Amino acid sequence: MPHSAKERARIVTIKGSTVEVRGLSSYRMGEITYVGEEKLIGEIIEIERNFATVQVYEPLEGLKINDPVYPTGKSLSAELGPGLLSNIFDGIQRPLEQIKKILSSSFIQRGIHINALDRYKNWLFEPNKDLTKGHLVKGGDVLGSVQETETIKSNIIVPPNTNGELLSIQEKGEFKITDPIVELKGSDKEKKELTLMHEWPVRVARPFLKKLPVSEPLVTGQRIIDMFFPITKGGTAAIPGGFGTGKTILQHQLSKWSNADVVIYIGCGERGNEMTDVLREFPKLVDPHTQNPLMDRTLLIANVSNMPVAAREASIYMGITMAEFYRDQGFNVLLTADSTSRWAEALREIAGQLEEMPVEEGYPAYLGARLANFYERAGQVVTIGSPYREGSINITAAISPPGGDFSEPVTANTKRFVKTFWGLDSNLANRKHFPSIDWLNSYSGYIKVIEEWALEANLEDWGRYRQEMFTILQKDDELQHIAELIGSKALPADEQLIILVADIIKEGFLQQNAFDKIDSFCPIEKQMKMMKLMLLFYNRAEVLIKNGCPISLIIGLKTVQILKRMKEDVQNDNIIQMNKIEDYIHTDMEELGSKYGYKV
Amino acid sequence: MARITVRGVSEIRGPIIIIEGVTGIRMGEYLEVNLPNKPSRKGRVLAIEEERVIILLYQGTYELEKDEIETEFFGRTMQLFVAEDMIGRVFNSQGEPLDGLPSIYSDEYRDINGSPINPTSRIYPRDYIETGISSIDSMNTLVRGQKLPIFTGAGLPNNLLIGQIVKQARIAGAEGADKFAIVFGAMGLTMDDYIYFQRLFEETGTLNKVVMFSNLASDSAAERLITPRVALTTAEYLAFDKGYHVLVILSDITNYCQALREISVALETVPSRKGFPGYMYSDLASIYERAGIIEDSKGSITLLANLTMPNDDITHPIADLTGYITEGQIILDRSMHNRGIYPPIDVLGSLSRLMKDGIGEGYTRKDHPSLSNQLYASYAEGLDKRRLAEVIGKKELNRRDQILYEFADKFEDNFVNQGDNYRSIVDSLNLGWSLLSNLPETELTKVSEDLILEHIKNKGADSD
Repeated sequence: MPHSAKERARIVTIKGSTVEVRGLSSYRMGEITYVGEEKLIGEIIEIERNFATVQVYEPLEGLKINDPVYPTGKSLSAELGPGLLSNIFDGIQRPLEQIKKILSSSFIQRGIHINALDRYKNWLFEPNKDLTKGHLVKGGDVLGSVQETETIKSNIIVPPNTNGELLSIQEKGEFKITDPIVELKGSDKEKKELTLMHEWPVRVARPFLKKLPVSEPLVTGQRIIDMFFPITKGGTAAIPGGFGTGKTILQHQLSKWSNADVVIYIGCGERGNEMTDVLREFPKLVDPHTQNPLMDRTLLIANVSNMPVAAREASIYMGITMAEFYRDQGFNVLLTADSTSRWAEALREIAGQLEEMPVEEGYPAYLGARLANFYERAGQVVTIGSPYREGSINITAAISPPGGDFSEPVTANTKRFVKTFWGLDSNLANRKHFPSIDWLNSYSGYIKVIEEWALEANLEDWGRYRQEMFTILQKDDELQHIAELIGSKALPADEQLIILVADIIKEGFLQQNAFDKIDSFCPIEKQMKMMKLMLLFYNRAEVLIKNGCPISLIIGLKTVQILKRMKEDVQNDNIIQMNKIEDYIHTDMEELGSKYGYKV
Repeated sequence: MARITVRGVSEIRGPIIIIEGVTGIRMGEYLEVNLPNKPSRKGRVLAIEEERVIILLYQGTYELEKDEIETEFFGRTMQLFVAEDMIGRVFNSQGEPLDGLPSIYSDEYRDINGSPINPTSRIYPRDYIETGISSIDSMNTLVRGQKLPIFTGAGLPNNLLIGQIVKQARIAGAEGADKFAIVFGAMGLTMDDYIYFQRLFEETGTLNKVVMFSNLASDSAAERLITPRVALTTAEYLAFDKGYHVLVILSDITNYCQALREISVALETVPSRKGFPGYMYSDLASIYERAGIIEDSKGSITLLANLTMPNDDITHPIADLTGYITEGQIILDRSMHNRGIYPPIDVLGSLSRLMKDGIGEGYTRKDHPSLSNQLYASYAEGLDKRRLAEVIGKKELNRRDQILYEFADKFEDNFVNQGDNYRSIVDSLNLGWSLLSNLPETELTKVSEDLILEHIKNKGADSD
């Protein structure tokens, strides 16, 4: 119900990041409300009789009882249109570069009202030629396109839940984001103007035609992910890990090298310098899939840890809504959130201020439901509107479990909703084994799907290689326990060989140096070849051992070092070089074989 | 802004007082409680529920008389007068002088809570600080603008280490050493420790570069909540307005967090782990995140914090939440300390997140990244072998394992254990290479053949 101008709402209590207001005849859950003379931005999150509780996205210092409150009638919404990419926003979609200019200060002050999208920039709009006057258009239909960045040509689409008869569409030309480009006559006979942008309430999932089963991998160039615990386009993954286990670097790696079309990176309650690092590094990096600057496909949301906690709660929804917007245009979107624990803590903090009954470790009872809502917005879909488009959203979310303990509520609840689990291990991190994904307790729910895909992509050996390597690592784990007791020297030669090969796999394959020019991104072809060579080494050495060759001779082979180093020594565009390594292995083994008088 | 004065309170509970029937009070407002014949006490409005105002008094409520006290609300948040003159002075947590010299008079004042730095305005820290300590400089390089806690345990020589850093630290390419200042925030420090730091500053000749804010163990806990904020407000002024390179030392974060818990319990907030409030992460972040470098300013804030892990437990909420916010940590190890190694830095557990961009060609030396990786890896493996030897005896180790075992020993004895001596970064790196020369080349998988040639083969095998 619209509020009459006469009503005057006012603050009655102020506590933490919430205020309680009174004085309106009705309230709507989720309504955006401006608080105080400075019009701080807030949202109604609880209504009790004639009171409403507003969570405020900015610090409350200086507010008084009886200060005015202004309801807006709108829900918390994101502005969606060209100009989002290569930009950095705060948790409620205010562009940080613009804030800096307006304040001419390096610090963020409150009470700034600013549009997410630049109102003065011109965009070259190319209309969809299939549309003519009289055409019936509906939500999701492509009206035309705009080259948003060098990499991304954005489709301008009819907002969901909008339809009508096309009265006019602009010719190719330059338009500002709020200029009308299309005129419609709606079913209610009223004229509607559409622009290059529209708004969408962030807590409501954008509609799609139907969900599709996921079918192809998101190639990340990270060996342990692509080969061992893969994720599909439209898939979800959790990355839990104690501090110092490399969550953020892994998230950066995924954002840099994944073959997604659009990357949305949410720094949720994390370090300011990490966001600066992304801002500094991404424009210089080249997307290996398009050769354009990585920033062209990237959008950042920064709610650093000392920004207001309520805005941290909102930042996740802002991010996923923008992801859905690009999905609806037909893109594959990767959304990385670092970290969802901080978001959950924001929930906890606000629930505490509302005096809600806490359940586990002070978290509210709806923690699981909120997590489910978030992860369920991922997936591969057929979008609404024509022409036919498919789009997807991946979610990879870091979790920061207290003390690195994975049994805590956020990790445990997240496990219920994600299919892939990359558990980071502090023991591995301590010995600089990065990425520190623990191969024994991580899993991927997409193995079957990727196996089918691999067959079609001529990678039919993938499943077998993976299984063989896994078996070696599993056996190695068991043997390590024994070796800890009796020393590896006392193990039989075939078991010592397993330890040797597991060592090659760990050092030469699973470990990947994010800061090495070559190793940072490893193409699938190279990954497969690396697996092949390591297994070849194992299989040939196994025969030698069976025939009585001493293990020390195999340990001393130069090829062991070559296998460990090929990840950094072999150029990614010169994989053919690896055939030489294959020859070395054969030569080495045959030499040993002939020395011991048998053929291998 | 108009001040409001109120007589009497309706509730007194721990450090909290509640005043009813008053209007026009602002959230977070600064106030003073005036007492007859006694110094006034300072406080802050924590929450307002209609006409009930909930107030935290920094000096506690002992001897307050319910109907007699007079509360004066200032209509603004707590502010600190700031000036360059503060350098060389000692203050309490409210910025009042403790050194017998006059108060600071200045036109400049700042809200002690500060504001978040816009991430687009930050300059990513890259200039390394040479501390003269091998296990920091080569293995966990400190960078100007970094925030780094020292995780220590009761009885470990963390203060000695901080002393050594203060004494030896040199900033690479520092332009004008006079533009250097230390801001020291003592939070719940014992008198002994306090005197140690005072001496340290005297002996190192840095006393005239230090601003001290002191909240001792015997001072009020509530006041402890403002000590780091006052210290950082001063640091921000010196760094970002006046162009100083500021080293902020906070000691001890654990005392701060205990105070935070005490106050949150008095306020009946829902506790999370070990009774600490759910907002402790955000609260700590509002301290640590104030370190850094910003555009259009020559200065920087580097933050070192002592953090005593209760019971040496690194998973304790204080250490844990800190580790998630800071850019790494230096961990002190009790068993190394017991073996007489100083500084007893746990090289494997320690971490400098900003190291990767502050070292290597053009920063420290070209070989630094791969050298430190190799030292890490070999030392980690050596420690594995040490554990193995504990079970099966050293003699049962095979040849390779024995070499690694001995490497770990040498690494601790010669590299980590350097005593209270200065070692330049070049010396540290060269020492690292000479240790590596004890290993067979097949073990050196993290360094390229060129580097091996340059630093081992062409130097002769036995350079140590």
